[in-house]
Amino acid sequence: MKKWSWDTFFDAFPMVVQGLGITAGLTVACFLFALIFGFFWTFMQRIPIKSVSWLIRWIMEFIRSTPPLVQLFFIYYAFPSVPVIGMTLSPFTCAILGLGIHFSTYIGEVYRSGIDGIDEGQWEAAKALNFSTRKKWSTIILPQAIPPTIPMLGNYLIIMFKEIPLASTIGVVGILQLAKNYGAQHFNYLEPLTIVALLFLVLSYPSAILIGKLEKKMNRRFDKKEPSGSKPIPEGKGA
Amino acid sequence: MTEPIVRYQNIQKSFGDVEVLKGIDLDIKPAEKVAVIGPSGSGKTTIIRLLMTLEEPTSGDIIVDGKNLWKMEKNGKMVQANEKHLSSVRSDIGMVFQHFNLFPHMTILENCMTALVNVKKIDKQEAKQRSAEMLEKVGLGEKLEMYPSQLSGGQKQRVAMARALVMRPKVMLFDEVTSALDPELVGEVLEVIRDIAKEGEMAMVLVTHEMDFALDIADKVLFLDNGVIAEQGTPQEVIANPENERLQNFLQRFNN
Amino acid sequence: MIISNIIEIFPVLAKGINVTITVLIASAIFGYLMAFIAGLCRLSNNIILRGVTTFYVEIFRGTSLIVQLFWLFYALPILFGINLGNEFWAGSLAIGLNYGAYMSEVVRSSILSVAKGQSEAATALNMSRFQRMRLVIFPQAVRMMLPEFGNYLIQMLKATSLVSLISMHDILYHGDLLRYSNIAMGGSVYFYVLVFFFILALPLIFLTRKMEKFSKKGVAN
Repeated sequence: MKKWSWDTFFDAFPMVVQGLGITAGLTVACFLFALIFGFFWTFMQRIPIKSVSWLIRWIMEFIRSTPPLVQLFFIYYAFPSVPVIGMTLSPFTCAILGLGIHFSTYIGEVYRSGIDGIDEGQWEAAKALNFSTRKKWSTIILPQAIPPTIPMLGNYLIIMFKEIPLASTIGVVGILQLAKNYGAQHFNYLEPLTIVALLFLVLSYPSAILIGKLEKKMNRRFDKKEPSGSKPIPEGKGA
Repeated sequence: MTEPIVRYQNIQKSFGDVEVLKGIDLDIKPAEKVAVIGPSGSGKTTIIRLLMTLEEPTSGDIIVDGKNLWKMEKNGKMVQANEKHLSSVRSDIGMVFQHFNLFPHMTILENCMTALVNVKKIDKQEAKQRSAEMLEKVGLGEKLEMYPSQLSGGQKQRVAMARALVMRPKVMLFDEVTSALDPELVGEVLEVIRDIAKEGEMAMVLVTHEMDFALDIADKVLFLDNGVIAEQGTPQEVIANPENERLQNFLQRFNN
Repeated sequence: MIISNIIEIFPVLAKGINVTITVLIASAIFGYLMAFIAGLCRLSNNIILRGVTTFYVEIFRGTSLIVQLFWLFYALPILFGINLGNEFWAGSLAIGLNYGAYMSEVVRSSILSVAKGQSEAATALNMSRFQRMRLVIFPQAVRMMLPEFGNYLIQMLKATSLVSLISMHDILYHGDLLRYSNIAMGGSVYFYVLVFFFILALPLIFLTRKMEKFSKKGVAN
């Protein structure tokens, strides 16, 4: 049994912190991917053919209720055998795809709740003013539907950030992987893993508070408690 | 002269900086029917909530049947009452709320039974029988197994009354029991209150806006204004021949 | 091709089903237990109790589950000389503590959202503080919690896949073994692992939907 050592802590710290760029970069990339791909689900669900929207719903359900870790492995190992591509994607790209797709199903639900929250009268007004479909969405529906969902999207950013270390399992060298490397070299996991935990805490906790504040502000501005429709996931998590 | 069942002695109550009650002295005799009227914000609901132990007075005493409600004796000194003391004193008091506050996860029979079984420790069969009889009396004998969500507002309020009555309190408090009801449902609820009042034995305190009703059943009417009892007396004195100017103004709004 | 794959792969993956389900059950028990303990403590009047639980909740919600898992597995034994015995306890404890922290918020907010009038009506019937909680507040709060608890159960099922990383022999672990032996099969192996997890999740999905319907009834807001 060994006690906590500050020497090890400060020895490991610079090395682990080096991974922050990768971890943060991957978070942003995954999030952007999920934000864009989320629209795909939202619009697919709106296709007025019953069998299609049914199928889309179950595909989303499938992605959402299976482990993102396995989805990462699937993408990482399946791509080489896809006929056209036939090559291994970099771990970083796989992580963007895997985690991005996983969370896009949640983001899609967030968009949907935003759209469902729009008053019936707005749709009718758009019709009465004879807007084209494209104009209706771009000038009336989306500008109203998206802003109220921003705090929820922010929550998902934090949730995603905490799922990013999963990517270490396919070889993305973020803070967790560097900590494990250090641990393996020095036969000592205590301090490096604690550093990782601290980094997550230091970054996610203030962000969560910030988003909580944003949420309150938004609620006041849009004069409602939350976008209607069911909450897609309980404060949710992916792993 | 009979001893009062409830006595308020110089009761004051503040919420933060707002002084809601500024020294209330009041006696309620057994079986007496007291109507409390007054503009909103005058503190009339607070008066009965203090008695039901839903709020604690800032100062003053409330004596129920000779026992101090909010204070108890401990080692010769009067100290703040604990849960046990509160519970022993408030067993004589029942209350009906503006928004019914029925338990939505219980059938109406269970709503009436639960306190008999769990608080009064009465045998389940007997509790069931007493509750069913009481519900029958308020005209809901057919609906024992229904849930509150399946009832109309008037029916809910009648269940709430049965639930309070079945505990056989000595003092029953009514907190604007008709003001959350659709106008056409008010009558059925007042009818039940009138029946209870006729039976006599129980003291009743009604916070109400129904002036005609207050005139009809009350022995005493209190006009509460700005945290003090501005006028009190028989219904004839207070409602039919008001002396206080603010009371006259207040009543005028109801006569239109 | 696909059929032969299924025949080949499914029986291998099925060997891990015991571990996956045992870890899920243990995690769920830990998780719900922690949810109620922490949720109720955060509502207590005792400042120390509240402080300690808030600390627990924020730590576990503020960091990653996978980091917590590794920390419990690799770091905890070093720091305190506590060996959690084996990977089973480290895995179930990490998942349970993590989701317990999230679900404690569900418990807390559900109890708080039972209308104040309910507790007042119970007081008017002279119920004790404990009776008010047991007979009136809790039954209604639990109805609100159920759908969320169901959602989190699905999340916990997903999270059990992490225990393969501390070399427990769950479904994913057996999938990994298959892939080692035949890397070209990797894609289809992991696809079937996903299908396997989905099959396990299906009853939970339907259960959650049922509870959503149930919870809409019988609650006063």
